[in-house]
Amino acid sequence: MVAALVVAVAAVIPLAYLVIRTQELGVERIWEIATRPRTLEQLRNTVVLAVAVTATSVALAVPLAWLTVRTDLPGRRIFTVLCALPLAVPTYVGGFAFVVFAGPRGMAQSWLEPLGVDRLPSIYGFWGAWAVLTLFSYPYVLLTTRAALRRLDPSLEETSRTLGHGPLSTFRRVILPQLRPSIVAGSLLVALYTLSDFGAVSLLRYDSFTRAIFNMYRASIDRSAAAVLGLMLVAITIAVVAFELRSRGRQTYHRLHAGGGRTPATVPLGRWRWPAAAACAALVTVALVIPLGVITFWLVRGLSVGEPMRLTLELAVNSVRASALAAIVAVVAAWPVALLTARHPSRTSKVVEVACWSGYALPGVVVALSLVFVGIRLDAARPTIAGVEFPGVYQTLAMLVFAYVVLFLPQAIGSMRSSLLQINPTYEEASRLLGKDGPSTFRRVVMPLARPGVLAGGALVFLTAMKELPATLLLAPTGYRTLATQVYDATREGFYGRAAAPALALVLLSSLPMAYLVLRERSNT
Amino acid sequence: MKTTRWLAALMALTLFGAAACGSDDEGTGAGNGTTTTAERSDDENGDDEAEEASGEITVYSGRNEELVGPIIEQFEEATGITVNVRYGDTAELAAQILEEAEGGTSPADVFFAQDAGALGAISNAGLFAELDQEYVNAVEPALRSPDGEWVGISGRARVVVYDTDTLSEDDLPDSIADFADPEWSGRIGWAPTNGSFQSFVTALRVLEGEDGAREWLEGIQANDPQVYENNTSIVEAVGSGEVEVGFVNHYYLYRFLAEDPSFAAANKYYSDGDPGALINVAGAGILETSENKVAAEAFIAFLLSDEAQEYFATETFEYPLVTGIEPAAELPDLDTLTLPKIDLDQLADLDGTLVLLQETVL
Repeated sequence: MVAALVVAVAAVIPLAYLVIRTQELGVERIWEIATRPRTLEQLRNTVVLAVAVTATSVALAVPLAWLTVRTDLPGRRIFTVLCALPLAVPTYVGGFAFVVFAGPRGMAQSWLEPLGVDRLPSIYGFWGAWAVLTLFSYPYVLLTTRAALRRLDPSLEETSRTLGHGPLSTFRRVILPQLRPSIVAGSLLVALYTLSDFGAVSLLRYDSFTRAIFNMYRASIDRSAAAVLGLMLVAITIAVVAFELRSRGRQTYHRLHAGGGRTPATVPLGRWRWPAAAACAALVTVALVIPLGVITFWLVRGLSVGEPMRLTLELAVNSVRASALAAIVAVVAAWPVALLTARHPSRTSKVVEVACWSGYALPGVVVALSLVFVGIRLDAARPTIAGVEFPGVYQTLAMLVFAYVVLFLPQAIGSMRSSLLQINPTYEEASRLLGKDGPSTFRRVVMPLARPGVLAGGALVFLTAMKELPATLLLAPTGYRTLATQVYDATREGFYGRAAAPALALVLLSSLPMAYLVLRERSNT
Repeated sequence: MKTTRWLAALMALTLFGAAACGSDDEGTGAGNGTTTTAERSDDENGDDEAEEASGEITVYSGRNEELVGPIIEQFEEATGITVNVRYGDTAELAAQILEEAEGGTSPADVFFAQDAGALGAISNAGLFAELDQEYVNAVEPALRSPDGEWVGISGRARVVVYDTDTLSEDDLPDSIADFADPEWSGRIGWAPTNGSFQSFVTALRVLEGEDGAREWLEGIQANDPQVYENNTSIVEAVGSGEVEVGFVNHYYLYRFLAEDPSFAAANKYYSDGDPGALINVAGAGILETSENKVAAEAFIAFLLSDEAQEYFATETFEYPLVTGIEPAAELPDLDTLTLPKIDLDQLADLDGTLVLLQETVL
């Protein structure tokens, strides 16, 4: 409980910072910034985009999860991995690759040129942003849904079938309600990510709210005005999360009896087997093969004109080190919160959860500046004990890891919470009855059962930390370069050849833990 | 104020527990510490001019590592001074420096920025130390800060990049003003949110007046231009034929040509005092709180040395700003481009430009 509160306080640092910065303005000025017609229009655009991306992600991910977990889809093992990997492609790379490929005069057009296609329809604006964000973020829903699907108690479905419900009715009335917390957890990640994204919307030229925030920084370096806009995003986030909490209800999601250790029967797809596989293959092509293909093309073209590769072991090690530490710390920090909200739902637990989510929709640079605010003050105030100055924290690896944790904590909480919900509390009670004390029960019963959620949460944080940019640029130790900063540095000035090798390494390395988990889960069941 | 303190204290607590308690007073009292540091460095400068530059400095660079990394390495080799560089977006680094200076001391000794606007923001906040005028004088007064707090290092010309598949240079109008003509409808790419473009609009306001600038912006807007995020994407779009012309800085094109010699685009340079012929500068200044001002001065002096200026001319295709160094062969001489009469400090009114942009196109 206390631990969860501490975590929550850390998570509201960005919010507190925004409040402090906003306070510097008069009420009138705040009102003026917040109600500018242009601002409101951008806000509306962003909300529309978030809703659309979330809805499409669910529509893609839930059937995909079912296909890869429960059916005899050909090659489902490999699809399981491939369909999750687009998450590892940073939108600032994937979005650009998408433009280069599908733009009005992009690669696809040049292939169609002999057929008399002079120009493809514009991808810019809403549709392009919607497509790119959906393609690179639907795996959030896929991963959470898959995890839940695998742990469902098959006897419930069997009961439903016995009672005369067909497969569709069973899916709708038995399976879907049980998947709901997981689908919602994934959707929340997608929706809030869409609100915070700047890479895709700027490349696809969609006039979103983050653009308004960036303009405040870029053009006039007006931190207070940017803070007003940031607070508006936080308000939306809190509203969305609160709504989710309210709709959660008090259902139980764990298996009710011990007979659930069985694997549910595989559903034969019959004549739909190959069409389903083709659909999966199409998705993988669009979301993974095309972006990676474009990057590879840059690499080959760059090498052929003698561009340097710009890929060193140091970059990879730095990326992995910071992200792995972030994953570990995030999981540890998420544990008390997940436990509290899953096991002891109360008014406090809700406040804690909302607090943890509050900064999640903020663009990274806002969160990073809030940590600059705190970090520099801590260093300025550090005590000198017996002539030895307290070591500084600002712009150390610890600071960077802390930033990642603040940024990505909800990802870990989400997947850990859902796995905790599926543990039947009677297991713990049984353990206590058998004479085990609290800690021992926790170690021997709860931990092993919650492990898949913990690992998945860690892998997710690892993957997103790998591609994180704004906080890395502002808070990493000076001179600490990562794959992401290298990609950013090269693409910013148009050196695509030089960005290609680190970009490929980034996608590959960040997807390894995820791929490993997805592959391993199969042998476990 | 009470809530502010309370929040700050709470935030501190979370990070480091009780050790950080009671920190806020010292945090806000950072001004005192700053003064002492500044006095000390002034003494160093005054008493001992010949002091050898050595040790370490930290540079916040809004300029890209691909562009300035090699020249910084040369400086390290030449002087033995270690340079720790934090690369990032110019505006974000400026915001970071402001944030750091408010809560304590910025670790940065030098701020090396992509545009004059960000340097102006730091200068306005009173965070720059005055530079040694000796080497600053090598740069034309129009290309450095009026009060000697920062200096331009390299220059970028505003140009019109055009698609060589569909256009030749003769097809382009003689003034940037004529792109507002309906004949250019659907053919233009621009980046109204980009800093360099916004400097150009400020220049336009100075030269043509508020109304003239508004008229031009509305004219372009009426031509239904494609909106891009930055110069790079415009150049890419022009090269692929997505749009025919784009308003950009001159040097991106040469990068594309280096990776792909068949890239179908060329630059049109404006001249004769046309607002299209503006030069933007990248520049640097030294933070007042720097604890190694001698080395920081040495760093900026090096960036203005013939060696470094040659580097900018030949490697990044920018304009060297120190008189006597020639630009790359592909570029027209700075002297032949009759620049509009404008001082960089006249470009400081970015807020006015933003208001105008918001009313017209943004």
